[in-house]
Amino acid sequence: MGYVERNTWSQLIASAVGTIVYLALVLPQVWSLPVGEIAWQWPMVWTIVGAIVVSIVISILWGIGAGMRDPDEEHRADQRDREIEHLGDRVGQAFMVIGGLAALILAMVQAEWFWIGNAVFAGFFLSAFIGGIARIVVYRRGMP
Amino acid sequence: MVKPTRITNTIRATREAAGMTQAEVARRIGVTRQTLIAIEQGKYSPSLELAFQLSRLFGVAIDDLFQYPTDAADGATA
Repeated sequence: MGYVERNTWSQLIASAVGTIVYLALVLPQVWSLPVGEIAWQWPMVWTIVGAIVVSIVISILWGIGAGMRDPDEEHRADQRDREIEHLGDRVGQAFMVIGGLAALILAMVQAEWFWIGNAVFAGFFLSAFIGGIARIVVYRRGMP
Repeated sequence: MVKPTRITNTIRATREAAGMTQAEVARRIGVTRQTLIAIEQGKYSPSLELAFQLSRLFGVAIDDLFQYPTDAADGATA
């Protein structure tokens, strides 16, 4: 597995873990509190920051392990990596747009901030996660 | 779901005949070893520039390295 593919896996794992932690913190409140009283802002901030940090840590540790197995491994992206990255971005972009549109509609109907914020968050997550899955599939199975 | 390229190639056989390793070929054409492996396995079609680099590296014509099926309606008609 190459350097860029490893980073893609790291981001995918971190975004999944971050979102699971966020949902574990916030979902129980959805059923027990009025939406306006749910403490979602800081859990969202910290899980986003945490996911970025976890992604970097996984990437570094995995890179150290890979470097010990193969000291000649190159730590750079080439033409294929860039093409796969663009493909993943195109796949993920659709979900970002859907999240943005959902937030816009929710703002128009004056929904609670909770729903607007979480619509954008869901768009970010789905964009990163589905885009990452698309990249991994292409790395494993080949360019379409 | 994902349809790999229909282009086939003889890069692996040509490389082995030339006595070169994947790492060496990858380094000389400026890609990672994983990308060369993907090309050899037909999972990635290199750019025209990379194809020329490979052909010059091995000293063979591009047509001898890459093959494309001629039977299909591939939409390439002018």
